[in-house]
Amino acid sequence: MQKNYWRSNLKIVSILLIIWFLVSFGFGIIWSDFLDQFQIGGFKLGFWFAQQGSIYFFVLLIFIYIYLMNKLDKKYEDKSGKDN
Amino acid sequence: MDAQLLTYIFVGFSFALYIGIAIWSRASSTNDFYIAGKGVHPIANGMATAADWMSAASFISMAGLIAFLGKDGSVYLMGWTGGYVLLALLLAPYLRKFGQYTVPDFIGTRYYSNLARLVAVLCLIFISFTYVAGQMRGVGIVFSRFLEVDINLGVIIGMCIVFFYAVLGGMKGITYTQVAQYCVLIFAYLVPAIFISILMTGNPIPQLGFGDTIVNSDTYLLDKLDKVTGELGFNAYTENTKTKIDIFCITAALMFGTAGLPHVIVRFFTVPKVSDARKSAGYALIFIAILYSTAPAVSAFARMNFIDSVQEVNYQEAPGWFKNWENIGLIAWKDKNDDGLIQYSAGNALNEVKPKFNNNRGSFGERALDNEPDMTNSNEVYIDRDIMVLANPEIAKLPAWVIALVAAGALAAALSTAAGLLLVISASVSHDLLKKTFMPSITEKQELFYARCSAAVAIFIAGLFGIYPPGFVAQVVAFAFGLAAATIFPALFMGIFYKRLNKEGAIAGMLAGLVVTSIYIINFKFINTNLNSSENWFLGISPEGFGFIGMIINFIVAFSVCYFFKKPPDSVNQMVDNLRNP
Repeated sequence: MQKNYWRSNLKIVSILLIIWFLVSFGFGIIWSDFLDQFQIGGFKLGFWFAQQGSIYFFVLLIFIYIYLMNKLDKKYEDKSGKDN
Repeated sequence: MDAQLLTYIFVGFSFALYIGIAIWSRASSTNDFYIAGKGVHPIANGMATAADWMSAASFISMAGLIAFLGKDGSVYLMGWTGGYVLLALLLAPYLRKFGQYTVPDFIGTRYYSNLARLVAVLCLIFISFTYVAGQMRGVGIVFSRFLEVDINLGVIIGMCIVFFYAVLGGMKGITYTQVAQYCVLIFAYLVPAIFISILMTGNPIPQLGFGDTIVNSDTYLLDKLDKVTGELGFNAYTENTKTKIDIFCITAALMFGTAGLPHVIVRFFTVPKVSDARKSAGYALIFIAILYSTAPAVSAFARMNFIDSVQEVNYQEAPGWFKNWENIGLIAWKDKNDDGLIQYSAGNALNEVKPKFNNNRGSFGERALDNEPDMTNSNEVYIDRDIMVLANPEIAKLPAWVIALVAAGALAAALSTAAGLLLVISASVSHDLLKKTFMPSITEKQELFYARCSAAVAIFIAGLFGIYPPGFVAQVVAFAFGLAAATIFPALFMGIFYKRLNKEGAIAGMLAGLVVTSIYIINFKFINTNLNSSENWFLGISPEGFGFIGMIINFIVAFSVCYFFKKPPDSVNQMVDNLRNP
């Protein structure tokens, strides 16, 4: 049971970190020049990810993590009936 | 009212506020002093973390750096925010669960070794002092430019304020002061940014404004900036000039370094519950993102405005701010073609780059220089990048109260970070060195006394750094992040996620990371500075990004060494299991 909690936790963390890597190192650096051919408003897309988009995604990722972990905590708290 | 008087009023008022908060929230126990009695609300803790994190470098220097680096400057934006994702997902909740006072505490307990604790204390003290030195320079600049006080007196005033609330209030006092400082600094950052965004693009949201069209035209601001910078011989603003691998490594070093900075981590020890540690990391990043997403807009506006207001302008008619900053010594003008007009373009204006002023005036009234002009290009202007944010409101001709506000904000940023760092230093001395290593028999009251003493000593040393600024501040910042990434982050991360790691592996890993990173950075930044260019770098990675390689070396060494020694004891296994429980 404790193992299951830890495993779900690792799954959540790895998925979120993959997205974290994509929006910053991926879109902001590695494929940034490629994305620059697309425009949103006055921004080239790669430039936007490097200077704006990645930051917004970071905030979003932490709040998704908070939501998922609170849900997970709740599930295991109910099962074990004790509050840590 | 003139800007000078307003600045005195704003700064004086904000200082009075900080002292008032300190008196209201005095610390009475070590628990209060180190971690604010674990009673801080996550939103308040988020604001305090943001103020703690956003230093004079974030407030004063970053937008200026980006203004001149263009897209390459993204490394700071991504690096200094992305680290919070790592912190929230990989470290903060577990370290809060651990429930002790300091970062070396965790390392010492998890690796059941006082040697590991000492290595951590060593890295921590080095990182923190490096950082404090930078804050004091910020305080000095603001005082000398806006209050026209002698730099030394300015530093002493700043130190007295920090002394008062850090020594008296400890973490509790610092936390609530930092909440106030966050409000001051973010307001001071946003107001001029919004004004300038409206002036230049008509869009009141700077984050959108710098992707908008310039007022009364169909040209996008960034397109115009690309064109203008290109014409002056610079690289286009929205294109990279550094290599991909270098940008990748610098960003990574800053991210992992951020997640390993002790003064940031310790903030998550102050909240009541584990779930609050996650929440407060989220709030902290929101509060940080407000400034960090505004910064690149400020950079683009500042670069554009700067070029517009000095290019081909007669020196005698140059705007007041140009001459004010010249008098401080952070702008210099050398009329290469003797036409009396200011020409700004790519390349160094002067031989030896930094201006050496003498006491004479040139034929147009400019400050005379002992440097020879660098005749390989036609640029006539030397400008210190640190002044862009401070000068920006003046460049954009904003009202005097905005300029005064920026001065108060910059001081808030510098003082809040300095206080957080000083606390980390004092806690690691009184708690990790004295209580846990050399003088285990002292009572809580004595420990608190020693904590206050070491905070006082640390403030004194920081003050000396401010009055006699070491010339190497800019160089050692890379060092601080590199070391945090190569030593503290891996030790914490593996401590939680890799049970098999024993003390031998962890210590070998930290030492390997420490030694390799130090040698690389010291070699290029202090010894062979003339070789510090991409063809000599390992895989083309600059010293700023080498902390990332140091971190990988730490992981490899730790993994390999740990198999030659016996497994960690059961008590440690249980401790890690307990960390991983809900």
